[in-house]
Amino acid sequence: MKMRGKTIVEKIISSHCREGVKAGDFTVVSVDLAVTHDATGPGVIKAFEEFGKKSVWNREKIIFVFDHAAPSPNEKVSNLHVMMRKFTKEHGIKLFDVGCGVCHQVVIEKGLVLPGDIAVGTDSHTCTYGALNAFAFGIGSTEMAGVFLTGKLWLKVPETLKVILNGGLPKGVYAKDVALKMIGELGSEGADYLAIEFIGEALSQMPMSDRFVLSNMVIECGAKAGLMEADSETLCWLKGRARREFSPVRSDDNASFVDELSIDCSTLQPQVAVYHSVDNVYPISEVEGESIDQVFIGTCTNGRAEDLRVAASILAGRKISDGVRLIVCPASHDELLKAMKSGAIEVLIEAGAVLIPPGCGPCPGTHLGVPGDGEKVLSTANRNFKGRMGNNKAFIFLASPATCAASAITGKITDPRRFL
Amino acid sequence: MGEILRGRAFKLGDNINTDYIIAGKYTKTLDYAFLAEHLLEDVDPTIAKRIKRGDFLVAGKNFGCGSSREQAAIAIKYAGISAVLAKSFARIFFRNAINLGLPALVCDTDLVDEGDELELDIETLSLKNLSKSIPIPVVPLNKIMVNILREGGLVPYLKKHGDYVF
Repeated sequence: MKMRGKTIVEKIISSHCREGVKAGDFTVVSVDLAVTHDATGPGVIKAFEEFGKKSVWNREKIIFVFDHAAPSPNEKVSNLHVMMRKFTKEHGIKLFDVGCGVCHQVVIEKGLVLPGDIAVGTDSHTCTYGALNAFAFGIGSTEMAGVFLTGKLWLKVPETLKVILNGGLPKGVYAKDVALKMIGELGSEGADYLAIEFIGEALSQMPMSDRFVLSNMVIECGAKAGLMEADSETLCWLKGRARREFSPVRSDDNASFVDELSIDCSTLQPQVAVYHSVDNVYPISEVEGESIDQVFIGTCTNGRAEDLRVAASILAGRKISDGVRLIVCPASHDELLKAMKSGAIEVLIEAGAVLIPPGCGPCPGTHLGVPGDGEKVLSTANRNFKGRMGNNKAFIFLASPATCAASAITGKITDPRRFL
Repeated sequence: MGEILRGRAFKLGDNINTDYIIAGKYTKTLDYAFLAEHLLEDVDPTIAKRIKRGDFLVAGKNFGCGSSREQAAIAIKYAGISAVLAKSFARIFFRNAINLGLPALVCDTDLVDEGDELELDIETLSLKNLSKSIPIPVVPLNKIMVNILREGGLVPYLKKHGDYVF
């Protein structure tokens, strides 16, 4: 009898533990990269110090990034930043301080995660790196303290759900719309405990900046990871970034998948997730005209230079509507520089945008754009839970940068295809 | 005989996400009692005050979805909750709970009503609804999770063993 083949995730895990594993097995794996940030890092340090150990397992494989509340909005956060700066200095760990950007963008653009790697982060959107053919997922602070100590963690090998993106994307429809459509179809727990593997024509046509959007959002339907093969686009993107050897991993032809979901991208229209859950997704035709108070373009989902370029192409020569605030937060220092050089930043500011420093911005509700009671926000972020942006009496809609830019012009949720 | 935990049930619905369990605006602190004061505030502003040490959170499906913030499990633990029972858990919350030594058990939570008196044997993970005089079958945990729970969480586990032992 022929052995059944392995999925990407089964292969990556098998190469990081003592024995070959298959979906459903429990095992202990070694990790290649451990990422933490200013919202969850203090808890990691507190737990790590309880071990009473002087040094971490490998300081080269750990990074800290200040992104959730950076620069600090108050003395409480400032003191936590001080504590993390001291810890990283003592242990010789690389710290990306305020203004460097969202941890996930920093990790990918600095080439810190490569195909075939296992990466963990104390942030649920660590799954973003799956677009680089790595197995990457979020963990808690205590578990990360265990990684700091041992370089390892236990896990259950997930089964894989294949998501097939058929057809090419029409004009005005983007990876964000595909991700929202998928989450709407699967529901917020539809892929619980599963890895997702994306394939299909629309995917192969997407630049890396769009592929990161798909992997970033898989946690919103409960998935552990959102992986893709490394193709020529991936390898080209990694050129100049990767500073060590790597081996791309692909699923065997006879690998076993738990299920399949096909999305016809060619007929897709822009999608909007309506408050207060990410799986509450509607085609734009059903929510167009809803008035909004604030538009936010940024985050680890959609704060890349390419996203700002799309927004700028719609806002060029136009002004945002009276009574609407447009907040723009580049995902990183490098992405900000790219968007400055391309002229996108100037266009956005001339249209009336407020530019805030690279990082998470108002997405996690700490600073830089907390909405007021009853206000409606249209955002390119990945979550619209009640209270998410710091006020449980606000209402958050999620959409693509194009939809956000078009809506900033009219003050109402607007189909971006009207401006293209 | 292991430790026996007894308390009342606080029922919650489906898809209780980590933003609801502890809002992001409260998470920038290492004062865990402060987190407990704001437990589930956006779901029910009075719940944190009404919970007594030993009580149980009893939820529907997909409890703890969303962010990886461990402060969610920490807030529950420091509020004195014995265990969280749910029809299903989101992955990261589930791990965080086990790693903090907070039992997170999958069972049919329709067998529990608000205010029911529950009893959990922490050693055998056997659960009873005392108010209804019925046992509640619990989905067994993998050996490694049981071992971490028995040691009181991942920190005491790794302090004792120095590494993961299978």
